[in-house]
Amino acid sequence: MAIEVRVPTILRSYTGGAKTVEGAGDSLSALIDDLDAKHNGLKGRLITPEGGLHRFVNIYVNDEDVRFLGALDAKLSDGDSITILPAVAGGALGFAAAAALLGRPSRRPAAAVPAQG
Amino acid sequence: MARYESLLDALGGTPLVGLPRLSPSVPEGAPAVRLWAKLEDRNPTGSIKDRAAFYMVREAEESGHLHPGDTILEPTSGNTGIALAMVAKLRGYRLVCVMPENVSAERIQLLRMYGAEILFSPAAGGSNQAVATAKQVAAEHPDWKMLYQYGNPANARAHYETTGPELLQDLPTITHFVAGLGTTGTLMGTGRFLKEKVDGIQIIAAEPRYGELVYGLRNIDEGYVPELYDASVLDRRFSVGTRDAVLRTRQLVEVEGIFAGFSSGAILHAALAVAHDAVKAGRGADVAFVICDGGWKYLSTGAYGGTLNDAEEALEGQLWA
Repeated sequence: MAIEVRVPTILRSYTGGAKTVEGAGDSLSALIDDLDAKHNGLKGRLITPEGGLHRFVNIYVNDEDVRFLGALDAKLSDGDSITILPAVAGGALGFAAAAALLGRPSRRPAAAVPAQG
Repeated sequence: MARYESLLDALGGTPLVGLPRLSPSVPEGAPAVRLWAKLEDRNPTGSIKDRAAFYMVREAEESGHLHPGDTILEPTSGNTGIALAMVAKLRGYRLVCVMPENVSAERIQLLRMYGAEILFSPAAGGSNQAVATAKQVAAEHPDWKMLYQYGNPANARAHYETTGPELLQDLPTITHFVAGLGTTGTLMGTGRFLKEKVDGIQIIAAEPRYGELVYGLRNIDEGYVPELYDASVLDRRFSVGTRDAVLRTRQLVEVEGIFAGFSSGAILHAALAVAHDAVKAGRGADVAFVICDGGWKYLSTGAYGGTLNDAEEALEGQLWA
């Protein structure tokens, strides 16, 4: 079964630059194992050595935070959509990110902004 | 009560209004599922941030951290800065906002109008430069006071003592409370109060999901979770994309006549999700959610008109909540 996974820019070095990849699994942990088999190293960026979700990673199933759906045990079904995002606070993010929108005119951001860090 | 000694006394006590047209219809004989909007744009500077700004300043005064004539330093360009500028003006403080030089003209004009001074950090240095500038300013002026809304318990307490009790008084049958997740102050404070008073109440967070340009800036090992955040207060947490937020913001004004900013649209999106779940389960629900601010400050984005695709493009890379 196919589950679409949206990958943030910062992790696309693991997916050959792909924005979305497909995976399979009836739970989030099974899906992440499947993804790691295809995109070696991805699992290590999402899950801590102790086996929990990384504190600074948020994963959403159909736009809902998996931490409230059983975390790695969250049940998945065919057709679900998964989004992985770095955990950030609105205002703190705004402060840092707005500055980094290099040369942004009134409405459009610059075409390319280098990732920090 | 409609008469107050001063503007600060008029803080809070905002109306809770029903949304009869946006509330989902239920099968005949099934219990009603109703949406209620708390109009926080009716606060003194037009946003929910007035509550936290006032509480943080008052708490700093009472603890002896802040004295008349002091300078408050706040790295924000948003509603918190505007609210603090008003409170600082009325209580006799100087406010300095540190912000990137490429924020919108509306924000700068509003802050200056309220008397805030603005220190710009160079846009060219990226996020590292913005953070570095704030730290440098703080180091050069160790006597300036930072209120730090992300970790300041007075932020959450403002909602525990005002927003929560107001909701319970106006809607004793409340079953769900939905608000935006930024500093997390609104959800932590209101959520804790309601959980103590209302059996089985659900506290739901709606967080904005920006265009990916914004997230591209962040390293996943440097994520940021506010010190105020306590996941045990929440029952569900939704990530709402730009398109859904714009769609719901437009529905608010087109269907119910409520002209709000995009963060309120994102919150309505999550509120509708839990309302529809209640309908499906055949349960009655009174879902209260927050209108954070009015739409005025965002008109220049152009996202209130045109197609949804146009609006999404106009907001790409913008921090709309």
